[in-house]
Amino acid sequence: MSVRSSKSTRYVDSDVLIIGGGMAGCGAAYEARYWGRKLKIVLVEKANIERSGAVAMGLSAINLFLGLKWNENKPEDFVKYARNDLMGLIREDLLYDIARHVDSTVHLFEEWGLPIIKDESTGHYKREGRWQVLIHGESFKPIVAEAAQKSATEIYNRVMITHLLLDKDEPNKIAGAAGFSVRDGTFYVFRAKAVIVASGGASHIFRPRSVGEGAGRTWYSPWSNGSAYALLIKVGAEMTQMENRLVVTRFKDGYGPVGAWFLALKAVAKNAYGEEYERKYIDEQRKLYGNYVDSRPFPTCLRNDSMLREIKAGRGPILMHTEEVLNTKEKEDEGWEDFLDMTVSQSIVWASQNIDPKYRPPELQASEPYVMGSHATCAGAWVSGPEDVAPNEYFWGYNRMTTIDGLFGAGDTVGASAHKFSSGSFTEGRIAAKAAVKYIQDHKDYAPNVDDQYIKKIKSEVFRPLETYEIYKNVIVRGSVSPAYLYPNQGVLRLEKIMDEYCGGWGQFYITNSVLLNRGVELLEMLREDLSKVAAENLHQLQRAWELDHRVWTAEAVIRHTLYREETRWPGYYYRSDFPALDDQNWHVFVNSRYNPNKGEWSVTKKSMINLVV
Amino acid sequence: MPSFIYVASCDGCGQCVDICPSDILHIDRTMRRAYNAEPDYCWECYSCVKACPQNAVDMRGYADICPLDHSVTVTRKPEEGKISWKVKYRDGQTKEFTFPIRTTKFGSIKSPLEFEIKGHIDDQLLSHEPEIMGIIGVPVLRGKVQ
Ligand SMILES: Cc1cc2nc3c(=O)[nH]c(=O)nc-3n(C[C@H](O)[C@H](O)[C@H](O)COP(=O)(O)OP(=O)(O)OC[C@H]3O[C@@H](n4cnc5c(N)ncnc54)[C@H](O)[C@@H]3O)c2cc1C
Ligand code: SF4
Ligand code: SF4
Repeated sequence: MSVRSSKSTRYVDSDVLIIGGGMAGCGAAYEARYWGRKLKIVLVEKANIERSGAVAMGLSAINLFLGLKWNENKPEDFVKYARNDLMGLIREDLLYDIARHVDSTVHLFEEWGLPIIKDESTGHYKREGRWQVLIHGESFKPIVAEAAQKSATEIYNRVMITHLLLDKDEPNKIAGAAGFSVRDGTFYVFRAKAVIVASGGASHIFRPRSVGEGAGRTWYSPWSNGSAYALLIKVGAEMTQMENRLVVTRFKDGYGPVGAWFLALKAVAKNAYGEEYERKYIDEQRKLYGNYVDSRPFPTCLRNDSMLREIKAGRGPILMHTEEVLNTKEKEDEGWEDFLDMTVSQSIVWASQNIDPKYRPPELQASEPYVMGSHATCAGAWVSGPEDVAPNEYFWGYNRMTTIDGLFGAGDTVGASAHKFSSGSFTEGRIAAKAAVKYIQDHKDYAPNVDDQYIKKIKSEVFRPLETYEIYKNVIVRGSVSPAYLYPNQGVLRLEKIMDEYCGGWGQFYITNSVLLNRGVELLEMLREDLSKVAAENLHQLQRAWELDHRVWTAEAVIRHTLYREETRWPGYYYRSDFPALDDQNWHVFVNSRYNPNKGEWSVTKKSMINLVV
Repeated sequence: MPSFIYVASCDGCGQCVDICPSDILHIDRTMRRAYNAEPDYCWECYSCVKACPQNAVDMRGYADICPLDHSVTVTRKPEEGKISWKVKYRDGQTKEFTFPIRTTKFGSIKSPLEFEIKGHIDDQLLSHEPEIMGIIGVPVLRGKVQ
């Protein structure tokens, strides 16, 4: 009996299916239950919801809170801030919507028991910067997971979704999703009336700086594998801004956060010779990138750009002068909590290398690029906006619905809406869930109809890596080198190398051009063909095989978008050496793509950017 | 820093296996104890360390980055709502920190069903809005272009 036929199939029916139990997925479960009292809400998570996703370790700040109650900010202010930071390109309707709701999420978190630090004199939340509030966030994820556990009808941990399922009779309508249990190998078919994809961003698309044993030390979690993008791309959903990858400046090697040190403790970064450099290149930058360089705060990508210029000129390392600010025990605690709550590695790096930030300024470094939609970056799905804010071009019936009927997105999944972070992602999950419940109420008679032939086909595809291994393992004596198959980790290394060298990774100082990109596309296509020859010895490797598959599809969208946008919009994230300047005349637009699953073809287009907030 | 497991302390209960977001802690069938099967996919998130009832899991900084003889250890006490860390430098210096983790009891969050529905499925209000925000209504964008 072949391995694949021995795996049993389980059908699970639901009204709302949520894929991914991170920040956005947990928010979706809560809100779906609030509005859909009697609905069957199923959440599927590839890890354990208690500690899964980018917040598994915890966080030391909530990076988006307006303070409407205390008149601290207006939603319009936030839209302008995010627009400037993203060099003029965001969906203002989506961000306005996040901004007007995000406070309710943060107040809920506090009610649930998340310790938010208060400013003693005002009683307001203590600010790290204009938008951030400080928290004691080690248990952020267990708290948020508890809310989801109280809300969902069923939660399936350790089930990885590999495919979305479209309706048999209505090809542009969602009918569910399929995947497998990483624990017992059961094949799952989830049928649902509405599906919310909340499966996070992607690391390990580009070659990480860490090598060997340290390769798991990426800034974004190594388990963020791009399912959010690949699942959608493969069923033909429209994607946007996939070229807008993120490079973050962090403490070297550990990727410890710099937010509290820069914003709250007011430490300053200088080059090797003690010179402040951030605005040193402003005139050259203005010539290339226009007036965006005069935005306050200085856009994230331009801060990277200034630093990269210094390093290229041989004036590295860049040092963060922590020793100038750590003058009280309170400040020292604040600095260390920033790591211990969300990037413990940085403390280990410093402890092992005898770096005490009180006496010695630690090095900063720009990371490898990541693909995500919730940070200072906005890759993801093209979705409908809120009906009372979105212009007609951005509205097709239901808030946060993708271009597939009944298929919604939230958090890192949703594109063109940066700076959502943890609180905004949870909020977007809530927004999407309310819209999904409305969708279900409006389509009462709909019964999802999945195609049995197609299910059979993908079932054999899902388990093929196990079979491939069984068939070919005895061709070689032992070891990992086989002419017949590729292990998932070997595929990831190939992917990372291609993306690094051809699509502007750190190994090329983030520079690329059309010749490189076209060659990259060619090599990626071959990697995509080789995906049918990936082998897995066990279910854990099978999970890795599907993570690889999703990473490769995500990467392909990234490289195709990068090729299409003929300008350098976000210097410091990546540079097109053949189009070194920002070009507002031709490229003040979103770049959208669609993969046509029937024809196997990609199409890439421009979509207009509509200004709502002046 | 990849996790590793002390053979003398682990009793093979599997709680670390159950929690690891990266699915890299596996049970060795002959030893009947957990081990890190894929250190290069470890984020050192400490979820396993916090979950282990036997204190059998520890970290050793990534070999490509960290000189030896350091440690960062943690004790998490959910019932007391706090967590304590001890950072030991290679040169012997130590630093200790304790932080709160939660102000309410674990398990105390109410289901949304315990709240009456206010607002309507067709309006722009999310659950508990606008009251929870301390304002009279959810903001509306003025001068919307249609
Ligand atoms: C180091 C670091 C520091 C950060 N600092 C801050 C900060 O200070 N403040 C702040 O507000 N935000 C911060 N963020 C950002 C914040 O964590 C993210 O914006 C947020 O978690 C995104 O939410 P999400 O739900 O989209 O993704 P996630 O929270 O990552 O959730 C995605 C979930 O989907 C699951 N999943 C993925 N694929 C599948 C699949 N195929 N099948 C089933 N399940 C799947 C994953 O296991 C995961 O649980 C930080 C992030 C990192 C990594
Ligand atoms: S939780 Fe601790 S005791 Fe249990 S298997 Fe893991 S290491 Fe061993
Ligand atoms: S530290 Fe995190 S990623 Fe590493 S083994 Fe433990 S739980 Fe898994």
